[in-house]
Amino acid sequence: MSELHQKTLTELRSLLLAGKATAEQAVSDCLGRIEATEPSVRALLQVRGEDALAEARELDKAGPDPQKPLWGIPLAVKDVLCTRGQRTTCGSRILENFTPVFDATAVARLREAGAVLVGKTNMDEFAMGSSTENSAYFPTRNPWALDRVPGGSSGGSGATVAARQCPAALGTDTGGSIRLPASFCGLVGLKPTYGRVSRFGMVAYGSSLDQIGPMTRCVEDAARVLGVIAGHDPRDSTSVDRPVPDYVAALEQRSDLSGLRIGLPEEYWGEGLAPEVAAACGAAVEKMRALGATTVPVKLSMTQYAIATYYIVAMAEASSNLARFDGVRYGYRNREASELIDMYTRSRTEGFGDEVQRRIIIGTYVLSSGYYDAYYRKAAQVRRLLREDFLKAFESCDLIAGPVCPTTAFKVGDKADPLQMYLMDIFTISANLAGLPGMSLPVGLGAESGMPVGLQLMGPSFSEESMLAAAHCLEQALPPLPAPSL
Amino acid sequence: MKISPEEVARVARLARLDLSEEKVELFSGQLGDILDYMDKLGEVETAEVEPLYSPVEHVTVLRPDETAKEYSREEILSNAPETDGSHFIVPRIV
Repeated sequence: MSELHQKTLTELRSLLLAGKATAEQAVSDCLGRIEATEPSVRALLQVRGEDALAEARELDKAGPDPQKPLWGIPLAVKDVLCTRGQRTTCGSRILENFTPVFDATAVARLREAGAVLVGKTNMDEFAMGSSTENSAYFPTRNPWALDRVPGGSSGGSGATVAARQCPAALGTDTGGSIRLPASFCGLVGLKPTYGRVSRFGMVAYGSSLDQIGPMTRCVEDAARVLGVIAGHDPRDSTSVDRPVPDYVAALEQRSDLSGLRIGLPEEYWGEGLAPEVAAACGAAVEKMRALGATTVPVKLSMTQYAIATYYIVAMAEASSNLARFDGVRYGYRNREASELIDMYTRSRTEGFGDEVQRRIIIGTYVLSSGYYDAYYRKAAQVRRLLREDFLKAFESCDLIAGPVCPTTAFKVGDKADPLQMYLMDIFTISANLAGLPGMSLPVGLGAESGMPVGLQLMGPSFSEESMLAAAHCLEQALPPLPAPSL
Repeated sequence: MKISPEEVARVARLARLDLSEEKVELFSGQLGDILDYMDKLGEVETAEVEPLYSPVEHVTVLRPDETAKEYSREEILSNAPETDGSHFIVPRIV
């Protein structure tokens, strides 16, 4: 069976369970596609060739297992997730030689569900960036146009799925890092409610913001992967002990969108939006109306403060989280230093890239005595107001719809100024600050750039079922995106 | 708000980073712009607002205080830049 890599996860699963393809064929076909496309896309930091094939053969020996939701499915995960016996670099030189002795909980759950890990995906160093140009190794290209970025920081995960190297990948989202590359690469990307998926084994950036989620080519695939990785984990004290619903079954709840109230925040639909993004997202909202949804205007008046709030919180948490990289227990060490502090300093200076250093310094500054109240405490207060904005909005609507990003994928090297890059996250970061679920759904190609446009849906905490159901319904009504001509 | 090169160098030392003079200059310009942007929050009235540090506001999670040996010494040491087989080795401290 050829062209298995063109199949969605759901299609591939049917073929595997029916015995029409073997796990080995599925993995081998993806590896072939990786070989053909990786020289131009560069989505992967590591490919597991022989090991993945051997695992697939083991699965085939035992035969298809319908109890395992991802039996025989080749998958890739962002290199910020620890993988036992497999290097985990976070896109950084400082972790160039780090091989974890344990699996992140999300990775362990993928394996238990029968998935075969085929690669670790490229990313902005320590998940800091919106373009995957900040990887210490190489930038990843957008499969739709190789002179453009795939978005970040899960750009490798976005590019690998868009390039048909594998049907799904895990990304992580601290300020939009799943939704932005999903939007830029024409994929479904879901950032679950904070606490829905265990963060154990994910190398922390902004601990109160980070969340792991699926990047796939259709909504049903996202529902399948989320169902596997969601759920309480005693190893992560922020993971919430709450039953995991059957997300795939939830998709059948709806045949149209009648009764659904969609909130349209004026702050998301105003100036600064590229006309092609406004047009594609606007048409998708029209389609939702045609499917029976009603739309209501809502106000998210704190949106203008979201970026400042986000970067204070994220950088403060990053400076604290990255203090563990000291060259003692793991990671890069400078060998010339003759005393301890000098060893810490040289190891960190040589191991971290510019953007990471910039954020550590700002984070240290906003947490330092004399500035803590003015910055960090203030940001935490505004954060509560931001969340209250959403809670109020959800009194009059079930889901919020808006663009994921003001533009489609920009060209490599286009956003050299850090502040300019931070502004790309304007529509996504509020969901992280408030801990709410958000997703990007491809709704078409921009009339001007020809690049994918994503519509963002956001909902109340733990509303993933209704969000996925609505997205699935809209997806069925929209013309499917073509595959990138790669 | 401007941040002087001296201040950038001081904060970098606190964070155990050693920046070249050029980088200190570059960062102090960029950080000044970023902090200016962040100063926008001064407009928001927050005197009565309780800070929100985590979106999961549940009570502290406790577990039984029991030791578990999940990894061998060898595994724990396996990523260390320098060990003697039993300990992490660091440069001389005293």
